[in-house]
Amino acid sequence: MTAELSTSLTLATPELILAVGAMVLLMIGVFSGERANTTVTGLAIALLIGAGGWMLVFTGDGEAFGGAFVSDPFARFMKVLTLIGSVVTLIMSVGFAREEKFDKFEYPVLIVLATLGMLLMVSANDMIALYLGLELQSLALYVIAAINRDNLRSTEAGLKYFVLGALSSGMLLYGISLVYGYTGNTGFEAIASALSGGERQLGLVFGLVFVLAGLAFKISAVPFHMWTPDVYEGAPTPVTAFFAAAPKMAAMALLVRVTVGAFEPVAADWQQIVVFVAIASMVLGAFAAIGQTNIKRLMAYSSIAHMGFALVGLAANTQAGVRGVALYMLIYLIMTLGTFAFILAMRREEGNVERIDDLSGLASTNTLMAVILTILMFSLAGIPPLAGFWGKWYVFLAAMDAELYPLAIIGVLASVVGAYYYLRIIKIMWFDQPAGGFLPMAGELRLVLGLSGLLVLFYAVVGGPFERMAEAAAATFF
Amino acid sequence: MTDWPILSTVTFLPLVGVFLILLIRDEGAAARRNIRNVALLTTVFTFVLSLFIWAGFDSGYAGFQMVEKVEWLGSGISYHMGVDGISMLFVILITFIMPLCILASWESVESRVKEYMIAFLILETIMIGVFCALDIVLFYVFFEASLVPMFIIIGVWGGKRRVYASFKFFLYTLLGSVLMLLAIMAMFWQSGTTDIPTLLTHDFPASMQTWLWLAFFASFAVKMPMWPVHTWLPDAHVEAPTAGSVILAAILLKMGGYGFLRFSLPMFPDASLYFQPFVFTLSIVAIIYTSLVALMQEDIKKLIAYSSVAHMGYVTMGIFAMNVEGIQGGIFQMLSHGLVSGALFLCVGVVYDRMHTREIDAYGGLVNNMPKYAVVFLIFTMANVGLPGTSGFVGEFLTLLGVFRVNTWVALFAATGVILSAAYALWLYRRVVFGALTKESLKGLLDLSTREKVIIYPLVFFVILFGVYPAPVLDVTAASVDALVNNVTLSIEATQAATLR
Repeated sequence: MTAELSTSLTLATPELILAVGAMVLLMIGVFSGERANTTVTGLAIALLIGAGGWMLVFTGDGEAFGGAFVSDPFARFMKVLTLIGSVVTLIMSVGFAREEKFDKFEYPVLIVLATLGMLLMVSANDMIALYLGLELQSLALYVIAAINRDNLRSTEAGLKYFVLGALSSGMLLYGISLVYGYTGNTGFEAIASALSGGERQLGLVFGLVFVLAGLAFKISAVPFHMWTPDVYEGAPTPVTAFFAAAPKMAAMALLVRVTVGAFEPVAADWQQIVVFVAIASMVLGAFAAIGQTNIKRLMAYSSIAHMGFALVGLAANTQAGVRGVALYMLIYLIMTLGTFAFILAMRREEGNVERIDDLSGLASTNTLMAVILTILMFSLAGIPPLAGFWGKWYVFLAAMDAELYPLAIIGVLASVVGAYYYLRIIKIMWFDQPAGGFLPMAGELRLVLGLSGLLVLFYAVVGGPFERMAEAAAATFF
Repeated sequence: MTDWPILSTVTFLPLVGVFLILLIRDEGAAARRNIRNVALLTTVFTFVLSLFIWAGFDSGYAGFQMVEKVEWLGSGISYHMGVDGISMLFVILITFIMPLCILASWESVESRVKEYMIAFLILETIMIGVFCALDIVLFYVFFEASLVPMFIIIGVWGGKRRVYASFKFFLYTLLGSVLMLLAIMAMFWQSGTTDIPTLLTHDFPASMQTWLWLAFFASFAVKMPMWPVHTWLPDAHVEAPTAGSVILAAILLKMGGYGFLRFSLPMFPDASLYFQPFVFTLSIVAIIYTSLVALMQEDIKKLIAYSSVAHMGYVTMGIFAMNVEGIQGGIFQMLSHGLVSGALFLCVGVVYDRMHTREIDAYGGLVNNMPKYAVVFLIFTMANVGLPGTSGFVGEFLTLLGVFRVNTWVALFAATGVILSAAYALWLYRRVVFGALTKESLKGLLDLSTREKVIIYPLVFFVILFGVYPAPVLDVTAASVDALVNNVTLSIEATQAATLR
């Protein structure tokens, strides 16, 4: 018993570090008052990096807590992505906090707690663990979405997110209870073995649909995407960046584990759902973004479309497909963080601006910024040799292997439609008359934007190792 | 010299120029002059280096030469470069045209010179890459990447409707090529490789060939462009700056024809045979219809653009005749059209730089004060018509010959295109160059400057040289084309034998 407990604790050390660390940070924040923001942010960054480093160096494969928690290459891959998302968005929020008086020490603490929830989600191997991780993450996110409490839009966004999120959690829970009722288990492996024998019951399909609906909400896939544009627009920009990056990684990892792990025997059932959700997300994301004038709203629709593309890989239900999803999420993360670093740097004397028209003629006023955003936009549109193309390459490769031809064809056509609005941003920056430049970028944003631009530009040269890691991660399930 | 990766060197050398240009920091006339010089030297140097490819090329060998192969990104995709008789001359054409383009924009591009030259140099790398790539994914990467610099070139330095034209160009070609991407993936799962030499020997099942052929056709037909998906071309040509038009006409269009030769024909021979009447029909419509459309144009550039579509009709027709004459003719026609249409756009650029209008009605009687210009314009017009003694004749004649062996009616209809091209080209020439010099604005025009002579005279030389002595080109392509035709015929015969049995 003690031996098992100690193995369990060893495997879950990164999570424990974050849990304890969050408490300590909260204490520090409470006792030193409002001035503590910078300190707490710095410590939170150190904590997240520390937990990630610990995980990479010391954490091996295995199951903990009676099989409810699992550590495997896939979990570690997705956890690293989640942690990168959290750390980079925290780093990017430093300058914003200084300029916009966005100096609540609760923000970094909540980010750490949300990240903890995400890590638990990624490692969840049991419906109960899944729900606990998901709720810890969600509750922290509800507060973060409304953190700018004196701002009408931010509170509205938070409330909207909370109401819809609670609904989706309810659906998820109901689905879990149905699955439990029909299989008699909550553990993923037990569910899989219960499903593989005997015929498929209708009630179980209901449970499956509810679980998938709850998870689709978290990755903002159509038709559970309605909250995304409002929250993206209403929340303070660093918060939007966080929403676009870290939770997506964790929720997608969870979705992969639930479908390819627990519900593998009924793959034919969930594949239909994933195919539909993928098509709907890609098409809606492509068309709805065309009319947007606010760049954060545009990025919301862009992220909806990108989740659709990632799901194309999942729909294949093969190792190549999961590899595609893992790589797509990695590349999406790089591009998203870069783009949000840019959006945070859209500053004039009067403050931050976020209309697309504010980018007019940027190529003449801030050439380097414009060049990097151009690279990012072409990459988001999926033009080779940039990173975004390779993401699409691997997911569609998997879809073609699984003979999901309609999905693949609709997907690539949607990517052409999507290319239009990315091109429009490029057009506004390069072809239009200058509307005045931006203030010089803060150092940390410069770093993030530059790194992301370089990775996207040279992905074709440096992408080999990433691909091998994703391959190893995907091998977990097959 | 044998181990030296000459193809990669030539391909990526322009990027060195980009790097050097990036080092030039300050603005102002001196910096602009330096940027132009660096760009020109880079392209000239690339051209000189590319001549080593020609010198080292063994025209008796049908396979790929100067091959380089490195593992890339895992999962079977490799960085694989090489040239054969079909692709080698296109590389030379690119490196030859590029310095002329840089020179052509010497004075006409005054704003954002740095970005302009960088875009052109990147475009050169991408274009050479398209013709050297021996991995189908690598090919796709280059093929598609070429949209990016061209989009910027049209959109930033283009004419009044540049935004519309650049978007149309980008989205049209992207739409065509994403279907090819799916086909490439399907081929990968079918054959387990993305290596072009291996794919060339792979037998794809007949049912699959049809779909793959259609997907590739969607991409190359848009790029070529074939009727009825040619509508992006006149817009792009009209709005692009002179050098952009030259590149577009001389090289980017040839990617489509090259694609047919490299992929559609040898990899899907049964489907190519099956769709042969379809391609012939579209080609004839292109030749006759767009020639008629060209007659009615009031914009010089638009007229040449439509004439390009018509000439590309000969190329597709020749390629899908699937015999040695037709394919040789198609390749020759592409190279010749690369020189001639490029030269015609340069000629338009000469008067556009002086008058800033492309309306045909704005000109007339230029022969009176621009005699040298009138002569070279006449030579290129005649080459465009296909007058014997110019390179245009050889290509058209060979394609017609090849098609005649397959289908007399197609050849007959296509031959009317020669007459129509004479009609629109000569009429254009009459309206622009001949007649009395009545317009006040034209009276002060100067004849070709030294820079313009340097750009145009080499083109005159080659257009006439290849017209009277086409052997250098035909010899280089012969072995590869023979092998291609042999393989296609053999595999078609094998399929037919299998069906009969």
